[in-house]
Amino acid sequence: MSDKEPLFSAKNRKLITNPLNAQNPITIQVLGICSALAVTAKLEPAIVMSISVMFVLVFANLLISLLRNTIPSRIRIIVQLVVVAALVILVDQILKAFAYEVSKQLSVFVGLIITNCIIMGRLEAFALGNKPWQSVLDGVGNSAGYGVILIIVAFFRELLGSGTLTLPGLGTLQIIPEAFYELGYVNNGFMILPPMALITVGIIIWVQRSRNNDLIESN
Amino acid sequence: MNKQGNTYTFLYASIMVIVVAAVLAFVSETLKPMQNKNVEVAKKIDILKSVGIESDAKTAEDLYAKSIVATKVINMSGEEVNGVDAFTVDLSKEVRKEPKDRNYPLYVCKTTDGEKMIIPLRGVGLWGPVWGYISLDSDGNTVYGAVFDHKGETPGLGAEISKEFFQTPFKGKTIFDKSGSFTSIKVLKGTNSEGNPHAVDAISGGTITSNGVSDMLDECLRGYEKYLKK
Repeated sequence: MSDKEPLFSAKNRKLITNPLNAQNPITIQVLGICSALAVTAKLEPAIVMSISVMFVLVFANLLISLLRNTIPSRIRIIVQLVVVAALVILVDQILKAFAYEVSKQLSVFVGLIITNCIIMGRLEAFALGNKPWQSVLDGVGNSAGYGVILIIVAFFRELLGSGTLTLPGLGTLQIIPEAFYELGYVNNGFMILPPMALITVGIIIWVQRSRNNDLIESN
Repeated sequence: MNKQGNTYTFLYASIMVIVVAAVLAFVSETLKPMQNKNVEVAKKIDILKSVGIESDAKTAEDLYAKSIVATKVINMSGEEVNGVDAFTVDLSKEVRKEPKDRNYPLYVCKTTDGEKMIIPLRGVGLWGPVWGYISLDSDGNTVYGAVFDHKGETPGLGAEISKEFFQTPFKGKTIFDKSGSFTSIKVLKGTNSEGNPHAVDAISGGTITSNGVSDMLDECLRGYEKYLKK
């Protein structure tokens, strides 16, 4: 191959860094909002959800990219769906066997990864037309961009809503000290309801846009 | 072969489906024992929690084996049913039967406070099933502890039934009134429950879930009435 480029060339690095900021699937493309609202009341499910989405997206991108020259174009969406659905069931089964508590919390949302627009979007827009390695990077980048937002939202929602942070392996940590509660501090119960997730995402979009002028529409 | 032709498309789809089905079936079969184990352990943790014994995935098995000294299945007339393992009785199926046809499982637990009876509960909340375990003192009347859980009640509202502040007030309530007739424990709005031995406070904003818990207690405990009076 004459056009062999290094594994992490500038162009390939962009595949990872772009979705973290200027092409973020949640805050810029506003995809995958449903699960962002649903699993961010606590930090741990958000982290597990991010890892699950990363697993599904990376492997789905890789498989579709490997198969891209064999897939009959008339059933390509069906092929994509089968690949994604199979991977999601794998994740669900593995969680049920090794992380039962977390799988109970995520409940139906693992299954709903199938309908996460980010995944079908990346398969259709990227993996079908690019080489496997680039597709893997694209998968890592986009799921990381999704995960970062999920974790930021979950951090604030759990901290302000329950006064705790739940980390995998560490359990629930009390962050707001008891003394605050004795002085009359009260957890904001509104934070753990879905609308606050939307508002938090909105605030993140606001902050991101005010810091990055390229994102502001010219009119 | 023409990659856009019908034959190719059909072949492609068929092979893909067979491969995926084989992989998933294999994974599912391999992980099944571990998954069933997790479900069992979670159930044991809940049962133990209803008598105030805290356990986690590691210690539940041991504590359960040590504390639960007997399990039995009874019917509505209060007689013991032989040949049925209480632990494997699936309440979600039982509650669909007529009350007189149901199997009522019961666990006897030895605690530092003496022997307690643990009764499993199952009912309907707002979005899906709610369930729990309630433990009674050996008089078969006074509640020793209760634990509730749910599939997908609203976080912050109905989902609060799985929190301690909702469960602790059940302790000390009674399910029969002074004359000995069955009253169950009601989950009531406001502060009506103060001084009432047959009621606890409901969760504001979680009315339907609270009513679900109330109905669940009434419906499930009623089946044990004859047995407990013996």
